[in-house]
Amino acid sequence: MNAIRTEGLRKVYPIVAQKRRSPPAAGYGPPAAGGQQDLRLGANGAKELVALHGLDLEVPEGEFFGLLGPNGAGKTTTIGILTTRVLASAGQASVAGADVINDPVGVRRRIGVVPQRANPDRSLNVLENLVFHAAYFGIPRGEAVRRGMQYLEQFGMQAKAEEKVDALSGGQQQRLMIARALVHEPTVIFLDEPTVGLDPQTRLALWDVLRDLHRQGRTIVLTTHYMEEADQLCDRLAIVDRGRLLALDTTASLKAKAPGGTLIELSLDGPADEAATRVRALEHVTKADVVGDVLRIHSSVGGRIISAAIEATEAAGRTVRNITLKEPSLETLFIELTGRKLD
Amino acid sequence: MTAIAAAAPATSFGPPHDVRTPTVFIALLRRDVRVAIKELPYFLLRTVMQPVLFLIVFGFLLPKMGMVRGGYTTTLLPGILAISLALSAIQSVALPMVQDFGWTKEIEDRLLAPVPTWVIAAEKIASGVIQGFVSALFVLPVARLIMGPIANLTFGNFGDVLVITLLGATAFSSLGMWLGTGIAPQQIGLMFSAIIAPMMFFGCAYYPWRGLDVVPALKYAVLINPLVYVAEGMRGALTPEVPHMPLAASMGALLLISALFWTMGLRSFRKRAIG
Repeated sequence: MNAIRTEGLRKVYPIVAQKRRSPPAAGYGPPAAGGQQDLRLGANGAKELVALHGLDLEVPEGEFFGLLGPNGAGKTTTIGILTTRVLASAGQASVAGADVINDPVGVRRRIGVVPQRANPDRSLNVLENLVFHAAYFGIPRGEAVRRGMQYLEQFGMQAKAEEKVDALSGGQQQRLMIARALVHEPTVIFLDEPTVGLDPQTRLALWDVLRDLHRQGRTIVLTTHYMEEADQLCDRLAIVDRGRLLALDTTASLKAKAPGGTLIELSLDGPADEAATRVRALEHVTKADVVGDVLRIHSSVGGRIISAAIEATEAAGRTVRNITLKEPSLETLFIELTGRKLD
Repeated sequence: MTAIAAAAPATSFGPPHDVRTPTVFIALLRRDVRVAIKELPYFLLRTVMQPVLFLIVFGFLLPKMGMVRGGYTTTLLPGILAISLALSAIQSVALPMVQDFGWTKEIEDRLLAPVPTWVIAAEKIASGVIQGFVSALFVLPVARLIMGPIANLTFGNFGDVLVITLLGATAFSSLGMWLGTGIAPQQIGLMFSAIIAPMMFFGCAYYPWRGLDVVPALKYAVLINPLVYVAEGMRGALTPEVPHMPLAASMGALLLISALFWTMGLRSFRKRAIG
C-alpha cells in the first residue's frame, strides 16, 4: 500500500504587494523570491507564483523517500501540503490512507513532522515538550513520560529532561524535534531539511537515528539540498526544481543515468597521450581525457572495462600505478537535468 | 519497493490513537495552564500592575487628600475589575499569538494536533478567559485592601458578576486573538498605545457611563468600546446603587461583541495557520 500518493498537486501563491504584515502560516509562506520560481500573471492580471506544477508521487509504505532540490524548488511547499499546513491550489494527496483536504485530522493523527528550523515550545522544559505533544495525541501522562524518557535516553539527552529548551545545543534541539515527531508513534515521518546548520558530527549522528527509524519500517520523507545526504539515506529520490518533478528513481538508478557514466582514473608511469588514443577505441568508453600522467576514462558499463583499459595502456608501453573508480554522482545528474548546481 | 517494506522488522508503532477532540482540547488547555502557572508573577505584573497603581492613586491617595469624594471608590471598583479582566484576557492571547506566528513558530506542534484548526484557536481563547477570571479574582481583594470598606458593594448578584466576567473575558480574549494574528511583531507597541490605552480611558472604567451625560457626543461614541459594557455590567452586578446601564443591555451587547470578535479571531487565526 502507498503511504503517500499525490496526483496533479499544484500550489499557486498570489503575490500581494508587500504589506507590513508577517507572512501567512508558520514557516510555510511562499518561498522567498530569489528569481528561481515561476512568476506569471494570473487570470485576473494579478502576479502569481507557481510553487508546484502538478506533482505526481507515490511513496510505498516503509520507504525512505527523498525530495532533492535547491532552495525554492517546492520541497517545503510539498511537505506543507502533505502535512496539512498548506492548502493545495489543485490536485489530490493522501497520506497513510487519509485525504489531506477532506480528512486533515486523520492525516495529522498519523504523521510526525520535523521542521526546517527547530521550534520547540520554549515555555516548557525538554521532557514537557514531549509529554504535552503526546497528550495532544491522547496519550496518557504516564505512558507519555515513559516514552519521552525512552527517546531522550536513546538520543543521549536523559540528563537534560528537566532543563529549559534554551539550554540545549542546536543538535540537541533538532534531536528533540525528532523525538517529538516520534512520541505519538506516527506511521509517516516528514523531515524538512533536518540537518541544515548542524555540524558534520551531529549530522552523522542524526543520520544514524534516521537509519534506525527506517529499519523499524517507518515511512520517511526527507527533503534536502545535500546530495550526500540523499545518496546516503534514501531508497528512492525525487529530484525537483521550480515546482516540477525532474526525475524519480532509486538512488542507484539515478546515478547510473548521470552523464558520462562511471569515471575511471588510471595513474600511469608517464604521459598518457598514446594510451588515451588506444583506450578511446575500446567499446563502452564514452570519453577519455589526459591530465598529465593521469588517464580519465568515462565508462558506460561501470568498472567492467578496467581490464581492457589496462591492457590497452600496457600495449602503449605504460604501466598502471594506481586505479580509482568514481561512481556517477547525483550532482552530475542534477546539473544535467537543471543546468545549474544545487545551492 | 515491496522488498524494502518486507525487510522491515516487526514495528513498535500501532494504529493511530483514536483521540477525541475534547481530549485534545483539554490537553492544549492544560499546557496553557501549566505555562501560566510557571509565569504567574510575570503575568500578574503585566496585567494587574496598571490597575493596582490606579487604585492606589485614585482609590486611596486622592480620597485621603480630599480631592475626590469618598463615594468615588464605589464607582472605581467595578471599572478596575473590568480593566484587569480586559487587559489580561487580551494580552494572554495576543502576545503569544504575535510571538508564535511572528518569530518562534512555536505553535507548530499544536497546529499538528489531530483536531480541526479552529479548535486550537478556540482553546487559546478559552485559556484567555481563564486568565481574565484569575486577574479579576486577584484584583478584587487587593482593591478592598487598598481602598478600605466600599460603600454599597454587594455580592448578592454573584451570578450576574460571573456572567459579565465570562462574557467580558470572552470578548476581550477573542479580540486578543484577532489582534494577535493580525498585527506584525514590530507593531506590538502600537497595539498598546493606539488600541488598548484609548480603550481603557474611554471605557467608562474610571467614571460611570451616566456621568458622560455632560458630554453627550462622547456618551454615544464610547458605545463602540466593549470595555464600557464590562465596566457598566460590573456596576450593575456589584454596585447596583450607582447609576448604570441596564444589566440586560450590557449583557446583550457583550454577547454580540463576543460573537463578532470570536468569528473575526477564528478567521484570522486560520488564515495565519494554513498557507
